[in-house]
Amino acid sequence: MSELPSPELAGTIVERALANGGEFAELFAERGDGTQMGIDESRVEDVTLASGGGAGVRVVKDGTAYFAHVDGIAEPDLERAADEAAAALRGARSEPVPLRAQQTARQEIQIPPDDVAADRKAQMLRELDERARSQGDAIVQVQVTYGESRRQIVVANSAGTYATDDRTRVRLAAQSVARRNGSAEVGFETLGGHAGFELFDRDPARIAEQAARKALTLLDADPAPAGSMPVVVGGGFGGVLFHEMTGHGLEVDHVHQGASVYQRLLGELVAEPLVNAYDDGLLPGAWGTDGIDDEGTPAQKTQVIEEGRITSFLYDRLRAERDGAELTANGRRGSFRDLPIPRMTNTYIAPGDADPEAIISEVKRGFYAVSFAGGQVEPASGDFVFGVSEGYLIEDGKVTKPCRGATLIGNCLDALAAIDAVGSDFDMKSGTCGKAGQWVPVGTGQGHVRIRQLTVGGTAV
Amino acid sequence: MELAEAARAAVEAAVADGASDAEGYALQQRNREVRVHGGKVESLSAATERGVGLRAWIGGRAGYAFGTDLSEQGLRELGSRVVTAARIADEDEHAAAPQADGDYPRLDGLRDPAIADWPADRLVELTLAVERAATSHDRRVGNVEQAVYADADDEVAIHSSTGIECSYEASNCYAYVRALAGDADSREPGLGFRLARSPSGLDADAIGVEGAERAAAMIGAEKPASRACPVVFDPTVAASFAGLIGSALGADSVQRGRSPFADMLGEEVASEALVLHDDGLETEGLAASPCDDEGIPRARTALIEGGRLRTFLQDAYTARRSGADRAGNAHRSGYRTPPSVGTSNLIVQSGSSTTAELLAMAGDGVYVTEIAGLHAGVNRVNGVFSVGASGRLIKGGELADPVREFTIASDLVSMLQAVREAGSEARWVPFGGIVRTPPLLIAEMTIGGN
Repeated sequence: MSELPSPELAGTIVERALANGGEFAELFAERGDGTQMGIDESRVEDVTLASGGGAGVRVVKDGTAYFAHVDGIAEPDLERAADEAAAALRGARSEPVPLRAQQTARQEIQIPPDDVAADRKAQMLRELDERARSQGDAIVQVQVTYGESRRQIVVANSAGTYATDDRTRVRLAAQSVARRNGSAEVGFETLGGHAGFELFDRDPARIAEQAARKALTLLDADPAPAGSMPVVVGGGFGGVLFHEMTGHGLEVDHVHQGASVYQRLLGELVAEPLVNAYDDGLLPGAWGTDGIDDEGTPAQKTQVIEEGRITSFLYDRLRAERDGAELTANGRRGSFRDLPIPRMTNTYIAPGDADPEAIISEVKRGFYAVSFAGGQVEPASGDFVFGVSEGYLIEDGKVTKPCRGATLIGNCLDALAAIDAVGSDFDMKSGTCGKAGQWVPVGTGQGHVRIRQLTVGGTAV
Repeated sequence: MELAEAARAAVEAAVADGASDAEGYALQQRNREVRVHGGKVESLSAATERGVGLRAWIGGRAGYAFGTDLSEQGLRELGSRVVTAARIADEDEHAAAPQADGDYPRLDGLRDPAIADWPADRLVELTLAVERAATSHDRRVGNVEQAVYADADDEVAIHSSTGIECSYEASNCYAYVRALAGDADSREPGLGFRLARSPSGLDADAIGVEGAERAAAMIGAEKPASRACPVVFDPTVAASFAGLIGSALGADSVQRGRSPFADMLGEEVASEALVLHDDGLETEGLAASPCDDEGIPRARTALIEGGRLRTFLQDAYTARRSGADRAGNAHRSGYRTPPSVGTSNLIVQSGSSTTAELLAMAGDGVYVTEIAGLHAGVNRVNGVFSVGASGRLIKGGELADPVREFTIASDLVSMLQAVREAGSEARWVPFGGIVRTPPLLIAEMTIGGN
């Protein structure tokens, strides 16, 4: 694979992309290497070694983005992409601003995963497999996947930006199936970061144990109740609730499309003053952290809710220009094959001052959603739905029976306004967020959060 | 380098580097996409992707690698990488390269040459026409979130050291619109879409009108009361569930104890009203091809018939492992992922009742037109699910008020057994794979609302 384009070459390509006019042109080039492997039935398998790279060129004119991408980053590849993007325009050449190299703050990688022998990674998978199986005879299936990637990136544009980034990520995901008396349940846990192999220094097998315990707990679960009740959402992956119900609606493309319930709410009170929330691309080592966004804007921390008031949308470059807003470094793309769109990085509700135990003990009858299998929101109407992977009944202030098959369903604005307690605890988790067919790593986080009233959908009426 | 030649050269490189067998899957894909909003083009994209995915076996150890450098040197490096990958894996007695298995069927019409006659400006016109059709159909539909057109013109070549050689061309395209109905306080989205082999097969008006009608029908939707009642799935919803069932019928999840259907081969798993096939030969469906994604001839497979589970979907690995007659259900999403068991065209057999008759049979219940969170709300091991839904109430056998923000919950086997009637008005839907399904009447499901 060729080297990434130098400032000189990148400048030539940006200029070439403007051959038929345009207000803005940009080159995004990346080379990536990755290793994935898994263990299933106690056998190391699915070993994939990936290597490659490519480039995307866009030219913007009158609000239309003309985009082309190619596999490969050699000079002729880049020229082909520039020519293809320019081909749809019919104007006179325009001149770019000369490139200025930009400093990018990088995450510190102590142990590059590529330096670690494959055997050691395979051995780690075996340790996780054994740890999960040792939690009980009812654990019948254990699946663990390991993934590492390194993406080196160059962004150059006609506004003079030449920025680079070097992104190393590692992640483990463990899933266990527990089976007893004909019932089968699944537990899942992950550990990932924008980090090197040092992330696994401290007992990575604990996540396999946690996944197995979740599955075992669920074996004794009753069908979830259906109905409206107070819901306490757990810390860490519980933050996916905020990610879905608020984060997506603040991505400004939805706002511009008239498809966000937050459209007219910038500066308005949407929650009680105890709610403060951020999109934070600077969080050290977090899964959603990068040095720059995929348009070359240095990563930053943006407060999106301040004491219950919406304070910012999340912008990519072009949409920020259109709104006359400050850049928030949220222009991200799944790969060089995609146009950048506004995306979250690490999104979280900041810790409050409530005691997490009191948040539960104050509930007479309710539901405790510890962890989610995932969720989805319809930004236009604000309707959301979440699959609960670990949930319990709360009865007389105590966490009692585990429940299976629960879903949380509601409307963003109603649920946000109904948050009546934010815990002082805090945790971040790694996830992969899909939008418009593009998948990007994101962090979600929070402490315990209570929603006064929310619909729990279960099989028990 | 020609595509088939690249697949062959990659295989030879892996074998030269120590693989006992190897298989190359080479794909070239020309993609275009147009996104439109408010009468303006937001983006116009064009790209050609070319790459090779390479599997290698060293005895029972299997590895995977892919690359986009199709030069001789690039393919040699790929060959060496895949052998490295295979050496990391543990021995699996069932792992082996697929063996050639008979002649490939001749399928006409997989590629519509008309796709090449549509330059970018005509595609833009088509997409704008979809948006206009949506906004001019109903005054309550003021704008659209986005109207999108996308197409792919593909060439595939598969070659293995075990004698497999399959290549074909196929084209597909789709257009959709998400129309928005209502006022500033409440916006209801509605999806309209069509699939075809080329843009000549897309009806812009029909797509726009469908989006507008679906959006307008939801104005004023409220949360329904919790209860158990008859439910009618429209084809988009039925397709999502069919896709979920298709993936649960994969022999890989069955063999590894992760399917709710694991011990049910030959058993009654559904009512007789629900008949499900996987049909890789049905060229009306965009997933048709002469061979599956590891080069085994495609066929038509009865999955559920007469209420009984007839067979699981098999790829070469699962077929070897379970001693099944044949493979042929391998699927991959491009050259960057190794193949695994998957569906081609999933077909839910149509019955004789019109949608109006299904609603009349339901009497009082809910007509579900959209579900959300299917990926998150389903336990894939035991089949228990609870997903968000919206649609219309059914009162006195007819469609009544719109409802949203409720859940439907059951488990896959109970739901299949509760199918009372399949409708007659089937369509192709790109959810849950490529699915052709009519609406389905389910005798009873749990609705979670107020």
